[in-house]
Amino acid sequence: MPSPRLAYDEMLEPSGAPRAHCRQYYDWLREQPAEHLARKRAEADALFHRVGITFAVYGETAGTERLIPFDIVPRILPAEEWALLEQGLKQRVRALNAFIADIYHEQRILRAGRIPPEQILCNPQYRPEMQGLDLPGGIYAHISGIDVVRDDAGRFCVLEDNLRVPSGVSYMLENRKMMMRLFPELFARDAIEPVEHYPDVLHENLRSVAPDGVTDPTVVLLTPGAYNSAYFEHAFLAQQMGIELVEGQDLFVRDAVLYMRTTQGPERVDVVYRRLDDDFLDPLSFRPESTLGVPGLLTAYRAGHVSIANAIGTGVADDKSVYPYVPEMVRFYLGEEPLLANVPTWVLRRADDRAYVLAHLEELVVKEVHGAGGYGMLIGPAASRAQLEEFRARIAAHPERYIAQPTLALSTSPTLVAAGLAPRHIDLRPFVLSGREVTVVPGGLTRVALREGSLVVNSSQGGGTKDTWVLGAAPPVALAAV
Amino acid sequence: MLSRTADHLYWMSRYLERAVNLARMIDAHQRLALLPRSPDAVLQGWQATLVSLGLDDAYRERHGSVTARRAFDFVAFDREHPGSILQCLRAARENARAVRGTITSDMWETLNTTYLESLSFGASMPESGRGEFLEWVKYRAHLTRGITSGTLLRDEALHFTNIGTFLERADNTTRMLEARWRDPGGRGERLVEEASEWAVLLRAMSAFEMFRRLYRDSVTPQRVTEMLLMRDDLPQGVHRCLDELQANLAAVANQHSRETLRRAGELHAQFHFGRFADLCAEGVTTFLDRFQARLRDLGQRIANDFLVPSGTG
Repeated sequence: MPSPRLAYDEMLEPSGAPRAHCRQYYDWLREQPAEHLARKRAEADALFHRVGITFAVYGETAGTERLIPFDIVPRILPAEEWALLEQGLKQRVRALNAFIADIYHEQRILRAGRIPPEQILCNPQYRPEMQGLDLPGGIYAHISGIDVVRDDAGRFCVLEDNLRVPSGVSYMLENRKMMMRLFPELFARDAIEPVEHYPDVLHENLRSVAPDGVTDPTVVLLTPGAYNSAYFEHAFLAQQMGIELVEGQDLFVRDAVLYMRTTQGPERVDVVYRRLDDDFLDPLSFRPESTLGVPGLLTAYRAGHVSIANAIGTGVADDKSVYPYVPEMVRFYLGEEPLLANVPTWVLRRADDRAYVLAHLEELVVKEVHGAGGYGMLIGPAASRAQLEEFRARIAAHPERYIAQPTLALSTSPTLVAAGLAPRHIDLRPFVLSGREVTVVPGGLTRVALREGSLVVNSSQGGGTKDTWVLGAAPPVALAAV
Repeated sequence: MLSRTADHLYWMSRYLERAVNLARMIDAHQRLALLPRSPDAVLQGWQATLVSLGLDDAYRERHGSVTARRAFDFVAFDREHPGSILQCLRAARENARAVRGTITSDMWETLNTTYLESLSFGASMPESGRGEFLEWVKYRAHLTRGITSGTLLRDEALHFTNIGTFLERADNTTRMLEARWRDPGGRGERLVEEASEWAVLLRAMSAFEMFRRLYRDSVTPQRVTEMLLMRDDLPQGVHRCLDELQANLAAVANQHSRETLRRAGELHAQFHFGRFADLCAEGVTTFLDRFQARLRDLGQRIANDFLVPSGTG
């Protein structure tokens, strides 16, 4: 797959010299013998297997578990750059929460004509059940995973907002633990911002959105079960927060109150951190065949007896067809200019956009509005003639189902591959937590496309992960001083 | 504690305990094979073991007639039937995985490593490695128990883990006795043969030294049986298991569990206040069969009271 332009490298200048903030690490890295790095990588694999940080692969023999490949070369961000990114992320998530609250109340933004109402109200992610419901703190997206990439100039821009059940934070935490175990000497030397307080912030936020009048709330994490691909993360977060990991069968609703079944009888539940899509939450209200959810949960929720994070109906704001309007949301609700730009996006339901896209299909990336995980996507420069024709036909039939974006170069980072160190494309998913305040733990999940030239970082499509270092504001201690 | 969590803990420890006791049973056969026995006696011994384990039908369906090698493979390695050692280790790990947030990471990593290592064992392994496999199973179980007692909070989690362990162990000990009693070879023509065959059982159960300390007398079927049933100070002993079962059940008692506790107490009283000769008046195997049925009843009641509560109450 060709990289159309020379990509921005996170660690190296175009000249090949290390960027200033990476110099210390890069010098160290170059001194490491290849066998040493290979041994460290094997050690990481063995540890991940033992700890069971694996994911189930759908469609393969039952019990097949795989590791998400972990690259031992970190992605490093300097303090100043992170500070800007952090501000931009907080701003964006504030606006998104304000937007969802508005949509489920007065719908001012629609009446102001900033977004076509049918875009929102006819969207399957819009949940009429939520209309008029007041939530504690007015927060809908308590946990947001905002995918950011660099454009050719090296500026961060947002590729996608994940406001339903964003996953991957356990890899951020486990990758860090792994790096500290493999290379403690690097942490002793560089001032790297810690990330391990994430579960504490999350737990505090979840407690803070308990229904009114509950002083010591019981929080649970609702998982689809041990065979879900993200089960490790669910179990991990529940353990880190010291809360019960529950499945739908462990919960029941009586008189609009949610309980869990314990060995000592029913126990009331106040806050549900759910890792289950809206559709599966309550078979009485959504998909009737779902056995993963809890019958009557929506009733308890609407009665204000239980809080759910993220709220039901947040998908209305992270749909790809709504994404182009997020900068407008920032202006509308916050009266500010967006600090983080969107990737330029053509909305194919618009005739002008469609005409342009159809004329330039082989240069662009076309995405399904409701697609996720890198499925249902056309990467123009890499597509065969047949694939291009197929998408042309699909777009003609249902233009409203697609958006298009330029083929981004995505930045690269040196990555340990079979042949040694080589540049591979990466993105970044920082996690933004909204409670009494909005918090971003300094770091995130860096995903890396391990195949040469590939721009697809999804783990289901051959992607791996890296540790993400945000350097402390203090200048790192010089080597000689250690 | 969530009922489902308790259920997983209970089965995690039951499966682990079963795995190690299966290893001990096979180990007994490996040791018996070293004694001067007729080939028929060896096969009858395996047949008795399969019957005691309730696996004789499943075995016959798969393999037909009994051979020592196939019986070993069936009990140790067969991944198709849930009663093999490898499948028990897998089930223990799957249950642990479902509650990895409740147990300590040391416990989880140990059970997970046990499972991952178990993948390298199978029927294709050479004869010489088989003894090592059985030792490995025992060692991994010892390790897991040690880590459990060394790291798990003394709360409900430990109680349900213990309930699973001791219910299973009480059952397994009686099955090991039963297999020996059903084995015609176990009642040798000459006293010396009988003694050495029952000594094999003691060694497989790591109880030989304890027998010597407690009896200072020759090994006889009656003495071994009495020791393994009646001693309340022997960790493998049924009496001891019932002590533990009763104590742990009492610690988690809820509003439904009164009758279960009563039955556990009643069963315990047989061993605590009863006489060995009276218990086995109608024959040892008859007594063991009845005892196992009462344990099954207890297991069912524990499930109903704590692990899978029905309704919304």
